[in-house]
Amino acid sequence: MAKIKTSDELIKKSNDCSSCLDAKFKGLKGKRAIVVCGGTGCLSSDSSSILKRFQELIKKNGMEDKVTANIVGCFGFCSQGPFVKIFPEETLYTKVKVADADEIFEKDIMGGEIVDRLLFVDPQTHEKASKQHEINFYKLQKRDVALRGNAEINPEDIEEAIGSGAFLALNKALHMSRQDVITEVLNSGLRGRGGAGFPTGRKWQFAYDVQSDEKYVVCNGDEGDPGAFMDRSIIEGNPINVIEGMMIEGYAIGAQNGYFYIRAEYPVAVDRLKNAIKQCEELGLLGDHILGTDFSFRCHIRLGAGAFVCGEETALLNSIEGQRGMPRPRPPFPAVKGLWDKPSVINNVETLANVPYILREGADAYAKIGTEKSKGTKVFALGGKVNNVGLVEVPMGTTLRQLIYDIGGGIPNGKKFKAIQTGGPSGGCLTEKDLDTPIDYDNLIAAGSMMGSGGAIVMDEDNCMVDVAKFYMTFICDESCGKCSPCRIGTKRCLEILEKITEGKGTMKDLDELKTLANVIKSNSLCGLGQTAPNPILSTMKSFYDEYVAHIVDKKCPAHVCKSLMQYKILPEKCAGCGLCARNCPAGAINKTDKVPAGKPETFPLRVHEIDPDKCVKCGLCQANCKFGAIIKD
Amino acid sequence: MAHLQGQAVKQITEIVERYKNERTPLMMILSDIQKEYGYIPLEVQELVSDLTGIPVSEIYGVVTFYSFFSLTPKGKYVVGVCLGTACYVKGSQLILDKFSELLKIKPGETSEDGLFTLDVLRCVGACAIAPAVSINGKVYPQVQVSQVQGIIDEYRAKENK
Amino acid sequence: MALVNIKIEGQSFQVEQGLTVLEACRKCGFNIPSLCAFNHGECSRASCRVCLVEVKGARGLVASCVYPVNEGMEISISSVRASEARRASVELLLSNHRKNCLECEKNGHCELLEVAKMVGARDGVFEGSKTPATIDHLAPSLIRETDKCILCGRCIARCKSAHGIAILGFENRGFNTIVSPVENRSFATSPCIQCGQCVTVCPTGALLENSEISKVDEAMKAGKLVIVQTAPAVRAAIAEEFGEKIGTPGTGKMVAALHRLGFYRVFDTNFAADLTIMEEASELLKRIKNNGVLPQITSCSPGWINYLEYYYPELEKHVSTCKSPHMMMGAIIKTYYAQKHDLDPNNIFVVSIMPCTAKKYERQRKQMPNDVDAVLTTRELAKLIKRAGINWSKLPEEEFDNDLLGEYSGAGVIFGVTGGVMEAALRTTYFWLTGKEHAAINFDAVRGLEGVREAAIEVNGTTIKVAIASGMKNAKILLEQIKAGTSPYAFIEIMGCPGGCINGGGQPYVKPLFLPNEDFNILDTYRNKRASVLYSEDEKQVVRQSHNNKDVQRLYQEFLGEPGSEIAEKLLHTSYDINREKYPNK
Repeated sequence: MAKIKTSDELIKKSNDCSSCLDAKFKGLKGKRAIVVCGGTGCLSSDSSSILKRFQELIKKNGMEDKVTANIVGCFGFCSQGPFVKIFPEETLYTKVKVADADEIFEKDIMGGEIVDRLLFVDPQTHEKASKQHEINFYKLQKRDVALRGNAEINPEDIEEAIGSGAFLALNKALHMSRQDVITEVLNSGLRGRGGAGFPTGRKWQFAYDVQSDEKYVVCNGDEGDPGAFMDRSIIEGNPINVIEGMMIEGYAIGAQNGYFYIRAEYPVAVDRLKNAIKQCEELGLLGDHILGTDFSFRCHIRLGAGAFVCGEETALLNSIEGQRGMPRPRPPFPAVKGLWDKPSVINNVETLANVPYILREGADAYAKIGTEKSKGTKVFALGGKVNNVGLVEVPMGTTLRQLIYDIGGGIPNGKKFKAIQTGGPSGGCLTEKDLDTPIDYDNLIAAGSMMGSGGAIVMDEDNCMVDVAKFYMTFICDESCGKCSPCRIGTKRCLEILEKITEGKGTMKDLDELKTLANVIKSNSLCGLGQTAPNPILSTMKSFYDEYVAHIVDKKCPAHVCKSLMQYKILPEKCAGCGLCARNCPAGAINKTDKVPAGKPETFPLRVHEIDPDKCVKCGLCQANCKFGAIIKD
Repeated sequence: MAHLQGQAVKQITEIVERYKNERTPLMMILSDIQKEYGYIPLEVQELVSDLTGIPVSEIYGVVTFYSFFSLTPKGKYVVGVCLGTACYVKGSQLILDKFSELLKIKPGETSEDGLFTLDVLRCVGACAIAPAVSINGKVYPQVQVSQVQGIIDEYRAKENK
Repeated sequence: MALVNIKIEGQSFQVEQGLTVLEACRKCGFNIPSLCAFNHGECSRASCRVCLVEVKGARGLVASCVYPVNEGMEISISSVRASEARRASVELLLSNHRKNCLECEKNGHCELLEVAKMVGARDGVFEGSKTPATIDHLAPSLIRETDKCILCGRCIARCKSAHGIAILGFENRGFNTIVSPVENRSFATSPCIQCGQCVTVCPTGALLENSEISKVDEAMKAGKLVIVQTAPAVRAAIAEEFGEKIGTPGTGKMVAALHRLGFYRVFDTNFAADLTIMEEASELLKRIKNNGVLPQITSCSPGWINYLEYYYPELEKHVSTCKSPHMMMGAIIKTYYAQKHDLDPNNIFVVSIMPCTAKKYERQRKQMPNDVDAVLTTRELAKLIKRAGINWSKLPEEEFDNDLLGEYSGAGVIFGVTGGVMEAALRTTYFWLTGKEHAAINFDAVRGLEGVREAAIEVNGTTIKVAIASGMKNAKILLEQIKAGTSPYAFIEIMGCPGGCINGGGQPYVKPLFLPNEDFNILDTYRNKRASVLYSEDEKQVVRQSHNNKDVQRLYQEFLGEPGSEIAEKLLHTSYDINREKYPNK
């Protein structure tokens, strides 16, 4: 590929590539295009074999010049994957298996006929949808800001990115003064998507104002919140967009080098990012004198190694510097003394993915999206007990109810909604009363949670909130770096109390102590991780105090989750006596009684079974195996 | 203390060389060694210390800080059960317990035959297909307790071939 | 330095810009409890969270040890919020601490206990399980008990800043974090030089010297002739243990105390320092005359010798074979002295009071197993004195016993200070080469190398270049030159501890919490004030050169013959273990 040396060359290249994309997607000259979802969810359902099969079929039929097949980023609707989409008709096939590839190819590509059985069926209306925009899941979303290009362009082909407008924002920025770029971002109202929501433009301004011959920009891709995969999908789906955001930031603050810090758990994202950086370098879009200007910039990738705390920006810097990921005291702030003691700005992946949109469309256009104090869109990883699990991008101001019910399709199996946990281990649980709250930074904090990076886990009546608090405390305890005493020792003490309570050994005094500890950890900890660590406890204690009391006073777990406080029981009136439960019981805890199943004569050879509570290890296998619904938790 | 073979010294030197133009490349070096050998014993840390000038204690501190680095060899198959929130609320703790019971090892341990290591994963970002289990990078979606034996058998069968 | 206006507890002050809130408050007379902060940034991790205060306008409480003062700042130490927070931090630390305070060796010097008192910590709050503990009593010099550790990191910072070898580090993370040598090994199976610098900065009883007080007790009870010797640096610091100002000479009272403790003889290791100079200077002379291996490096610091054996065994031939002074003293007491008084050497028990923990290891070296029977640190001596109910302030000044090994020169005294051995040796070497006494030697810092100094002296028309370094980080620079063949020096003095023996690992604790307000750079404060004791004693001595020590002269005439003689080689010289494994199998 020839290098792009000037603005004009970029614009020409952009137009050329754009025409190519048009030809592909709009079916010019009779072209057809097959795209297959390459998000981690679909890849684990073997979508790469589906793509391979399509490519074989194209070759076998000698249709290489007419039909293309390639991978794209995440469709977001992960519970329906793997996805295959056919252009120009934009027919969307869901839950595709390798074996389905031949049929799609034969009927749709060769015959122009839709494969009906692979279309999405709405679980409520039972209506089929052949196009993405007809599906409820997508209706309220706005997937063209941070998730721009996801599920459209080939993330491994820079020309498709350029064809979809990549680098035009950078080009525009390079024709502005550095201060003007920062002002533009300030005016857009963009706030950091990593957690606390600090205004991005102000962060940049701090670093810009510090005089230094060397500055760094760092992209925080250490997405460690359990239950969050926004950043991974953004990088996997359109790595160039993030690189462009980083370059604009680098230009604005006066940095020459940018570091991506990515979780090692994300190999696909890392590979695509590496590939994208290489292609940028080949085109001269990274390196010296970018687009013929004085701006020179290089991107580097550093991998995490399994430490949640490295998502904290100063711990992340230490990790890049080859040290234990322990947070640094502040001040000095990274904008003054950051990576290798040089002024540095650390921005989260999603934040950077917003930047090209702002420069390209203008701060005003961006600021039109969202609420008064939270502009733009937010990507959520919607998971847990919700029908439509997946990755969604919605304008700020969307309500939780819309998120859970309209987009998420409600709670499966007719269960009752109990809570939605946002903000990961630093966040809290929101309940029914919060459902109509428009999502933005300040509302979520006011409601007792926080935006966090965007994990949104729905819980139903089968989830025990004390257990959920214990889950987060276990996580934090494991992941506490151990540097400061409140977090190192305090979280351990909290966990010990929660363990006591879930084992039925808690006292009401423990609840007071738990609250005291939570407040100590909050006020005394060194870093943001520690300061927010007690939030899951505080928020569940606030909204589900009764559940705590039930564990302590009644020695009952209302959701039947805490093993010490529940038992499995066989309902004799429902037991058919088949013995499947007994055969599968690892503890040999299920015995035959001499009772005959309901409605059967004495001569019936089978007998009702019962569980010996002393032997039962509460693994739940019996319940999973029972075909008669005769086994319950009590 | 066992000393490193010439071949290993050469390989590790090569890994360190790979990053000679990078600033503070310790994490990258250790990641590569972990990938190459499956673990980072003290002898290797000493060699890295000699080659980089970083005190062994600091390297050791880094190795024991990050959960990806291991001081002892891992099993041939590393079974990672995700305990991320999305997986947890869908019952992945039960999956982990089942693996633990069937493999007779606790999380973090390696089976006596050296075949399996059981690890707890902190969200692999596959929340949409929760609960997820990852074995040497292959992700198993929506795993149920009743499937666990089958998954283990699949790998045992591979060995017996 | 620019000044800023601040308010502490509503009162206005002017302080230097660049100070932390903690420093500024201490300077203005407000004591904030703190634990992890140490020595103006040598260790500033803000990790213990004990020094939290409120600063108007700041987000949340601030850790005063790292938060810089700025113009117009208003600090509140006494607010309910801040004082409760400080108490909670301490109580959390205590909940993971083995609280056997009554029997703890650190009792009386424990900063954690002091801080607990300051914040009003309550008993039994936040109780729970404890981090799995490691108790290491294997090494002769140092012990480590992780259940007393508060993870402040001072020891780690000190080991690294003094020696660059960083034996100690953090291991694991979260609640399982401990401070340890790699693999949680013992100091005995790690390449630790046993210098004890870590012990001097530990705020709790997690790091201590391996006490030999009970050995001395047993010897006394068994009716042995227990002869004690004290190293020069001990007298420069012992008074601190009794509440006297840093830099108060303690020689006379110390000797008086030792007499009262029942020692058979009280000798000054300075005698042996003069003896060392005789041997070491003659060795140097020989090397110079015979084109021997140069530079020659001093050998009196056992910490440095450990470092040599672990890290630079290939430079073994550069190191003087002289035993360290107290070992020479032990050897002479058990031979010459015993013979002269017709005593059974097996009934003599030699105790060395040293500013050093590595000497405990040294006395057990297989090359010289019987010279010295116990080594006590300055701190252990103070314990002996206190235990016996001796009132330091009421002690008279007494003289060392003048019994064959009594006289010492000023050259011997300055052994305790970095550069002292070099200066003493040069005084003698110069005399032997020229027949004239040399005036004082001035060392200049080697350009760009803080902590490494050099000097040049003219001897009969040729220039001899010499250098000194203390702390292994500095020594490494000189050693690397030798390895590279570029060392311009004939003679090098290396001391294990930064600043030399006066700052040794066996010296009284350096406690930031109890320091006078002006002492921010604790190390320099201690170093200079203690050093001044030794320099002024040197100046007071009539005999200032080792070769002019009359007792030493008699020892050679009557017993040893001449420096380097066969018997001198046997008694006063040693060899080194150059095959020491850094990480032997546990």
